Amino acid sequence: MAHAHDDRTTDAAEQPELTTGERLAFVDQYPSAARITRLCFGVSFTALLIGAVLGIIQALHRTNVFRGVISSSDYYSVLTGHGVLLALFFTIFFLSGAFTWGTTRSLGRDLVDPRFSLGWFGLQLGGAVAVATAIFGGFVGEIPFEADVLYTFYAPLQAHPLFYAGLAAWLVGTWLAGFDWIRSYLRWRGDNAGERVPLQTFMVLTTILMWYISTIGVAVEVLVFLLPLSLGLIESVDPLLTRTLFWFFGHPVVYFWLMPAYFAWYTILPKLAGGRLFSDPLARVVFVLFLILSTPVGFHHQYADPGVAEGFKFVAMTNTMFLLLPSFLTAFTVVASMEYGARKRGGSGYFGWMKALPWANPAFAGMALAGLMFAAGGFSGIVNAGMNINSLVHNTLWVPGHFHLTVGTASALTMMALSYWLYPQITGKRLQLYGFAQVQPYVWFIGMALMSNAMHRAGLAGVPRRTAEPQYDQFTFEAALGSIPEMRLQIAAGGALLTLGAVLFGAVMLATWFADRGRGRLRVDSHLPEPISGPEDSPRVLDNFKLWAVVAVVLVAIAYGFPIFSMVADGPLDPAAPPVPVGVVDTALGVVLG
Amino acid sequence: MHVHRFERIWLVAALGMIVLFVGTVTYGAVVAGYGMVNAEGGQVDTTDPAASESFRDPGVYNGSEPGHYDVYVETRRFAFVPGTGEPIRVPADSTVTFHVVSADVLHGFEVAGTNINTMAIPGQKAVVTAEFDEPREYGLVCNEYCGEGHHTMAGTLEVVPQSSFNATAEVQS
Repeated sequence: MAHAHDDRTTDAAEQPELTTGERLAFVDQYPSAARITRLCFGVSFTALLIGAVLGIIQALHRTNVFRGVISSSDYYSVLTGHGVLLALFFTIFFLSGAFTWGTTRSLGRDLVDPRFSLGWFGLQLGGAVAVATAIFGGFVGEIPFEADVLYTFYAPLQAHPLFYAGLAAWLVGTWLAGFDWIRSYLRWRGDNAGERVPLQTFMVLTTILMWYISTIGVAVEVLVFLLPLSLGLIESVDPLLTRTLFWFFGHPVVYFWLMPAYFAWYTILPKLAGGRLFSDPLARVVFVLFLILSTPVGFHHQYADPGVAEGFKFVAMTNTMFLLLPSFLTAFTVVASMEYGARKRGGSGYFGWMKALPWANPAFAGMALAGLMFAAGGFSGIVNAGMNINSLVHNTLWVPGHFHLTVGTASALTMMALSYWLYPQITGKRLQLYGFAQVQPYVWFIGMALMSNAMHRAGLAGVPRRTAEPQYDQFTFEAALGSIPEMRLQIAAGGALLTLGAVLFGAVMLATWFADRGRGRLRVDSHLPEPISGPEDSPRVLDNFKLWAVVAVVLVAIAYGFPIFSMVADGPLDPAAPPVPVGVVDTALGVVLG
Repeated sequence: MHVHRFERIWLVAALGMIVLFVGTVTYGAVVAGYGMVNAEGGQVDTTDPAASESFRDPGVYNGSEPGHYDVYVETRRFAFVPGTGEPIRVPADSTVTFHVVSADVLHGFEVAGTNINTMAIPGQKAVVTAEFDEPREYGLVCNEYCGEGHHTMAGTLEVVPQSSFNATAEVQS
């Protein structure tokens, strides 16, 4: 990679950060888009902080370090809140804000209709509040809301209708947000016929197309089956069909969490490292691969399911393995871009260049550490994807160990790091409590290293996930590596550090929010240097969204057409399982809960 | 389109790794004979599985050949039947096929520390076959959330020496 530099347009990359002169931040250029982005980030960060508090309650409870906050039967309300608030609302409100910023910045035009944008934000927020109300109602016996069905809400467990209605409203809000970005693009296209789609907009559009295709699954599940079931309009559902529809959506949503991180790693991280993106065309290839391969893989979450033929699992497994390709390519491009930046900053040597990177810049440090942890998460994901070895880890603590590296660090830490860079630009305020921000990524990284390694090892011993008290009277788990008490301690300590990391982040954002505007120059600006290898080198077919959407739909039809047909052919509601409302313990089963 | 030489090398290496991974799984399925849980178990009644043709009253049964046993397990909130109230007992040096169903919501059937790990989905029957060599006691865990008492849902599987396995008393006919 030593000769990865070339001499074209280096001056753009060298623009020093502190000489912005008169402040012309994003908020001054595009006030409407900045407002929507701020609103989305506000909801996102609130969800993060609440989710983090729920997280530490769980970590201490299930490891039996401290069980004084909740009873074990309330653990599942906490777990539902943790999953939904973090996996759906923290991440996707952030995405909504970041993509509004990215389309606006890269197309160079403010929102088409600010009231419409406010509308989709309001719908998302209203839906999210309804869902949260249904979940947290579970703590209060007098309130008839119950929704401790976890983030996957598998039927025939049944939550209060408010939970499903809120999810549906929120989902429609995300669809309208996508419409907003597409409309901005089409307006731009009208004025710029023949030009290449700006990279950030390209990433937004491929991601939202993937979202439109994949959310069909969960929309049908919620609107056709679960909401009518919870309202008593239908009397039963087919649990395998609804579960399959969930995972039709449930894997692409993983990439919906990850794409904002990739978006930041490709377009912003190279600048923070002091360089430029290595290759624009490869970035486009990667996003196209995610669009076409993200959905026809959902059966890899159902390797252990009866009622699904092995062949369909095999197709999903193969697609999943090929989905590694865009991530491998990303690893190359991101590291190469960082090395290029480091060498421009005077770094040298095979590995010595890393010392020249700006590790004290919280935006850089957060993204780089998140990327590093994503590599580890990728490898544990390969184990999950291998459909035979998966039997050893399916539904064990290995799985949350894995996804706390991916969504819990690759996505979450990158989003926090991006906020350190972007929040000042959408508010016009300098980042406050900079010292907190500087240590925060390291606190998160260490906390996650402790928690995740122990979760992986506990999973190998067979310790189940999603369980309030994974300590049983009948037997004890035998650890192959380390000891169970040591793992519990690491999980609890790691969880505590992660909560501290979330609180530090919250403090920085809150202090910045309350800081005065317009005092002093910003440390950061929105200028992004040109890639070393630009889009003009790449075939134009890459920008053909219609073609890629059609390919994606065809692959989905191949992977899902026959299995879903066979599940529906015996009657869409058969085998008919009656609902089991959560929060009601059936004493007829003879089970008495303490 | 210009792709840097190092990136091309990386791309080919990544593709090679992917093909290798798919190859190992294929090898496991085709050559090593690892059988996935699949659709062969057929469907059962969603609330009364024992009433279905493909399921029997829960318990241990003689298999199709000597040394083979069929274990019919019903999962329900918050117990394995058999497994929780009384342990599942099978002899050592045996091949055991587990037939696992659910009578209410989703459950997991995991023999802790082994690769016997399947979902129990109302309306479907999961079939998993395993070999047990040595006498040993294993823990049974429900590893899919099934309600407020989920953490109490566990049991035991006892692999006992053949000499102490009383087939007439412990095997149903």
